[in-house]
Amino acid sequence: MSYYSVKQMLEDAKENKMPLWETIMMDDVLAQHSSREASLHQMQHLWEVMKTTSTEYRASDHSHSGLVGGDSAKVTEAAKQGCLIGDNFLNEIIAEALKIGECNACMKRIVATPTAGSCGVLPAVLIPLAKKEQLPDEAIVYALYVAAGFGQVVAQRASIAGASGGCQAEIGTASAMAAAALTALKGGSSEMCAHACAMALSNLLGLVCDPVAGLVEVPCVQRNVAGALNAVGAANMALSGVVCRIPADEVIDAMGEIGDQMSADLRETGRGGLAATPTGKKIAAELLRH
Amino acid sequence: MKLFDILGPVMIGPSSSHTAGAVKIGLVTRRLLGVPPIKAEIKLHGSFASTGAGHGTDRAIIAGLLGMQPDDERIPNSFELAKKEKLDFSFSTINIRGAHPNTAVLSVAAADGRTLEIVSASLGGGRIQVCQIDGIDTNFSGDCNTLVVHNLDQPGHVAQVATVLAQRNVNIATMQLYRNVQGGYAVMVVECDQPIPADLVEWLMTLDGIIKVSYLNLEN
Repeated sequence: MSYYSVKQMLEDAKENKMPLWETIMMDDVLAQHSSREASLHQMQHLWEVMKTTSTEYRASDHSHSGLVGGDSAKVTEAAKQGCLIGDNFLNEIIAEALKIGECNACMKRIVATPTAGSCGVLPAVLIPLAKKEQLPDEAIVYALYVAAGFGQVVAQRASIAGASGGCQAEIGTASAMAAAALTALKGGSSEMCAHACAMALSNLLGLVCDPVAGLVEVPCVQRNVAGALNAVGAANMALSGVVCRIPADEVIDAMGEIGDQMSADLRETGRGGLAATPTGKKIAAELLRH
Repeated sequence: MKLFDILGPVMIGPSSSHTAGAVKIGLVTRRLLGVPPIKAEIKLHGSFASTGAGHGTDRAIIAGLLGMQPDDERIPNSFELAKKEKLDFSFSTINIRGAHPNTAVLSVAAADGRTLEIVSASLGGGRIQVCQIDGIDTNFSGDCNTLVVHNLDQPGHVAQVATVLAQRNVNIATMQLYRNVQGGYAVMVVECDQPIPADLVEWLMTLDGIIKVSYLNLEN
């Protein structure tokens, strides 16, 4: 069936006496006439691809337009020099989000989570945490199911496409998925995961999709950083017992409605927002000339 | 909504519509042609025309024509590979009234003289729609085993195709019929649950009134 509401997903998990990740996995296995083993194998594969993308990053790579490349390496280097705010873990998240986003812009292999433009958010929070806490692949795979479950509900009730919902549907959804995954990884309850998802999405409501020259580069790559750090904030709030006053399903519905109200100029057309600034237009005109 | 549509697909960046979908357009065209193309003229419309270069849409379409999948790491180098595989290609832009913003027109030819003209649109998330085959409007995704029969618009051809599929135990999932004018050129698009046997296609081609048969079977 795949879930139309977070509420139903949580109730099912309680009723089946199964962990949330397993409830989500089994729902898909039954709907797709697949098997537990095949599903777990596929999820492990996605995690492998995420890690591979990260290791194949090269600071010297640049996108076709030349607008993107080398930024992740700058953050890593500055962090090493000790001149940044926050601890190393925090800066690893920033560097990782940029890294995966840059790889995407440079035509490397990525996992769309949920979209190509937002592919940096989940790996940005999972890779550094797995390293820091020596988490087994199994734990990450379970967390990925939790992320997918919440993402599915967003896709069903609202949208995960920038063209229909703006960037809140892409980076916003990715951040909500990552927040839920992190909460699950740290042993939070299903309700806490839902609160984390709701808070992360709430924080990014209204975010527009305004790519300069229509490319998945500016500001897309850097917005992956916003999505990742926001996910950590939401997960830590949820794990501390902080709740979102609006239930996750209603936050998702609000996101969908905001998307409908958004001008088409702000939905992946490259006509509004940053794309319509004097510099944005100049960049677009220069690229078109070449 | 499949779970692995939310986490996934694994693809070469940067865009599911402009890169992954573009690979699929090339791949479906190659499969429908039936053999590797040696010549391809590609016209890009709308957003494909204006942002295609920055998204690698051009390299993605060529990669698909060379038989690559959307997650193939050789996609960025497909122009060089095309040279090696002796695929001669050209790109231009076109403005088609009312077409989806991500539309491409592919005219391909094979060494044995076969030709095909396909108009496809990339709908987002890597999904595509084949909108036209040889000038006749169609509407299918390439996500099913698909049999495409071009025939004269005269009685009996639908029955012939349906009968022979039934005889081979191939179940029809959907069937669409299109024609340019009454008694003119018709195209039948049949999506099937089972792969389409190659010899069935050869037999269909021997029938009077059948002009051309193309098909694509899903891999795995």
